[in-house]
Amino acid sequence: MSARRLSSGGSEIDRSKPVSFSFDGRRVEGFDGDTIASALLASGRRIVGRSFKYHRPRGIWGAGVEEPNALVDIERDGRSTPNARATTELARDSLVARSVNAAPDAERDRNAFLDRFSRFIPAAFYYKTFMWPDWHLFEPRIRAMAGLGTVDPDWMQDRSADQLNHHCDVLVVGAGPAGLAAAASAAAAGHSVLVVDDQSRPGGSLRHRAGEIDGRPGAQWVADTVAALEKAGVVLLSNTTAFGIYDHNLAALNQRHDDGRPDTLWRVRPKRIVLATGAIERPLPFANNDLPGILSADAALHYLKRHAVLAGERIVVAANNDSAYEVAASMAEAGAEVTLVDIRPAASASADKARVLGGRAVATAHGRNGVEGVTLDNGTRLTADCVLVSGGWTPSVHLYSQAKGKLAWRDDLAAFVPGSELDGIGTAGALAGEVALSRVLESGVAGLGQFAGKAAPPKSTGLEASLNTSAAWPKPKAKGRVWIDYQNDVTAKDVELAARENFVSVEHLKRYTTLGMATDQGKTSNLNGLALLAEATGRSIPNVGTTTYRPPFTPVPFTSLIGAKRKSLLAPVRRLPLDTVHRVQGASFREYGGWLRPAYYGAATSGSAAAIQDEARRARQSVALFDGSTLGKIEVIGPCAAEFVDFIYYNTMSTLKPGRCRYGFMLSENGVVFDDGILVRLDENRFVVSCSSSHVASVHARLEEWRQDRFGRDAVYIHNATAEYATLTVSGPNAKTLVEALGLGAALDDASLPHMAIAHGRFGGEEVRIARVSFTGDRSYEVSIRADRAEALWARMQQEGRALEAVTIGLEALMILRAEKGFIVIGKDTDGATMPQDLGVDGPRRKRVTEFVGRRSLFTEEGMRADRKQLVGLSVAEGEAPLGTGAHGIERTGGAKRSLGYVTSSYFSPTLGRPIALGLIEAGASRHGEVIDIQHLGMLRRATITAPCALDPAGDRLNG
Amino acid sequence: MQLFPCPFCGPRDEAEFHYGGEAGNLRPDGREVPAERWADYLHMRANPKGATKEIWVHMTCGEFFALARDTVTHKVAGSVSLGEAERQP
Ligand SMILES: [Zn+2]
Repeated sequence: MSARRLSSGGSEIDRSKPVSFSFDGRRVEGFDGDTIASALLASGRRIVGRSFKYHRPRGIWGAGVEEPNALVDIERDGRSTPNARATTELARDSLVARSVNAAPDAERDRNAFLDRFSRFIPAAFYYKTFMWPDWHLFEPRIRAMAGLGTVDPDWMQDRSADQLNHHCDVLVVGAGPAGLAAAASAAAAGHSVLVVDDQSRPGGSLRHRAGEIDGRPGAQWVADTVAALEKAGVVLLSNTTAFGIYDHNLAALNQRHDDGRPDTLWRVRPKRIVLATGAIERPLPFANNDLPGILSADAALHYLKRHAVLAGERIVVAANNDSAYEVAASMAEAGAEVTLVDIRPAASASADKARVLGGRAVATAHGRNGVEGVTLDNGTRLTADCVLVSGGWTPSVHLYSQAKGKLAWRDDLAAFVPGSELDGIGTAGALAGEVALSRVLESGVAGLGQFAGKAAPPKSTGLEASLNTSAAWPKPKAKGRVWIDYQNDVTAKDVELAARENFVSVEHLKRYTTLGMATDQGKTSNLNGLALLAEATGRSIPNVGTTTYRPPFTPVPFTSLIGAKRKSLLAPVRRLPLDTVHRVQGASFREYGGWLRPAYYGAATSGSAAAIQDEARRARQSVALFDGSTLGKIEVIGPCAAEFVDFIYYNTMSTLKPGRCRYGFMLSENGVVFDDGILVRLDENRFVVSCSSSHVASVHARLEEWRQDRFGRDAVYIHNATAEYATLTVSGPNAKTLVEALGLGAALDDASLPHMAIAHGRFGGEEVRIARVSFTGDRSYEVSIRADRAEALWARMQQEGRALEAVTIGLEALMILRAEKGFIVIGKDTDGATMPQDLGVDGPRRKRVTEFVGRRSLFTEEGMRADRKQLVGLSVAEGEAPLGTGAHGIERTGGAKRSLGYVTSSYFSPTLGRPIALGLIEAGASRHGEVIDIQHLGMLRRATITAPCALDPAGDRLNG
Repeated sequence: MQLFPCPFCGPRDEAEFHYGGEAGNLRPDGREVPAERWADYLHMRANPKGATKEIWVHMTCGEFFALARDTVTHKVAGSVSLGEAERQP
């Protein structure tokens, strides 16, 4: 046993509230206010995890988000979190924690043998060794041995994470002395302020380090300041990490909750950001510096003051700066035997009861499953159950760098600090390289810029901190294994190997050795790594530079980023106005272009394929009812409406008479058919663009673009009325009889309402529009009515249809009916190269004199090619099955096969009693009658090229 | 996330906008336009590093507008609706 709980003290624990949780199957006792890490330390537990690659035993290093070793998988209240940091998770009853990458647990890990082979598995070993015959053969087993926490694939968050958008004048990141001084000043000036801190309570270093402000102890000043801030309406979020700063200073926060709720994502748009993110203590480079029992000196002070946990009995403090002296003194004060080993020859300060050895460094730590002693560089051996390390401080520049700030090197700190001004972002405190408390407090207020209040910053009235850091970087050819990156198991030798193999860019170093690529993103290791690379390649550290800082600063659960966009809300489907009516009718639904539509009805009795065939057959016999409400209905209104639709459409539309309809194509500017549909002219200056269901949004956007860019806002007005109407279609030989029975009050005789004309009527007092257009090739009427009045009309149609043996059809049967006629579906029977002349509509191209979208492209070399793929029908020999959709037409020249095009639609036609198919085949329009090979999934068949229309080519059924 | 000033709605999150192309890419009309000129219009873009003027559309209100911004710093200089731009060439 080394670390233990002291009988008194601990500013953050409540000894009247014991807490008990499970770690690796064993009970751990602690107090309310403990983190998992502090409770494990207090219980004397040294090994809390196994390292990523070598399965080395590892103990707790830090006390906050920087923790590289103490990762745990957590289960609590049915919620499972992999790779949580034991240092930031509060100890709770009912919590179950497991160490990562260890089997069966961290102390008895069966893969520990790997460490003995470590010399054979240096950086990139796996990639180099398992290249042949195929990395994927080895990957599963290697991945099972390496890695971190385990994700439960079956676990599903039972509720969505909240996402909040927040606006404020000032966002302060970090509630240490600098951040609190900034918040107080901004609040005093009347600004709205949000303060976030990633620890469970505000105060930062003042919670465990000495300091006196305005005559009060640091902790008291924190309590007073927080109370004043809350009174002033400042929002203060603890357990909340600002993990990213994005363009235009959008800050992203991840707020952790203690009540089982998923983490909350905050998007904050402040006018000013003050970054007071502090600094992180670095390890020192000595052999075996990863043994359990070796901690960050500041973390040990943190545990001592906040949780009353003394990290060891015989402690060696290894340091290169002044900050460790307070630690050494406090440990000695608490009863430990302490030796401070300072690399600086003139050890600057006294450490009260601790012994100080100046000008010495730790060369090696000893111990098997935890540190047992150290050997100094002069050969002196010291017994120790704990080594506390302070290798200097690395400012947390992550957010500053994400915001595109440029770093500057400070020799006196041996670290990078913010080096350039950023719009709307100030830096303060240890992040800005400030050490003395007075300067820290001043920098907090200064970081506010124009948002600072008028009052002077709080004053430091006690001892001022100092560092006087003397760089202690890892050196090449050091003896033993010097660990640089604990979490990803990168040693000094790995960095040297990378340099030898010419990975001398810091970005290459990172990828080759995986330095800094673990979940801690190298918070404790990056600077040591690039300092060694600098040394090994004879460059300065600023010359080597840093890797790019990217969000997130700490891992963010996917659930937070997803928010409510999951399950049915991931991509919400649109529903028909008559959705429930179709359900009652027994419809089976499928999604078509974002709409949930009936695919077929009544499959419960006959199966889907039979139901579809039955619907398609009966539709031709008497009359079919179909819900076509998704069809686009975009109105084009205004004095230039006719000129506008002429420009938009490939076909001339301005010659259309009011009350009439015309079929046409819309092209892209590259001449490709973008959409097709019916245009209705309601009156001189008013048209309705009836576009494909799935193209409504894109057609609408396109109309708006040409309107605003070419015609002007006063020339035409565009109104998307698609959702306002339901469109119910009556089709078939008995369509007219059925529509007459509806009593719409419109003249339906063929003289008054011929094919491609519209009529107006009423149903139940509501206006209806009847369009005689056809997508089936049979006489058809599309009746459009206010969406909320459609149910009665549909019911009436069903009722009148009974005597006529009407059939209600879904979209699948409609697809057969239209294919029998050779009618295309854009994007199915056309592709990204199909031009209108390929679909047999060449007239407008040749004849039109006015401009239209895509016109010039139809006359390019590509548009004029003789071997363009053209729309054809394809028929197979009697008794054969339908062709496969996507099957290729094949041509053989010599021994080589070449694709001529492919099958775009293929069905069995119940009316014709044989398969039908459409396809795009090279020069197909002039090859009717030709037999070609069709290849599909390794099978060769033969098909005859025909005209696209297989049923009623004369069009008699339109008026039948 | 950038903030774009929609001339109609004011500043809005970039996720609400779609890119519409480089501003000033004038459309040559007619079937006799030389192929190179038409190809320029269809495909060739300056893609500048630095100050640029682009067409964007605010999907929620339908406004197409010209946006002056910097592709390096992502600073926005201003925006003007297409009609306005035409009136003040
Ligand atoms: Zn807008």
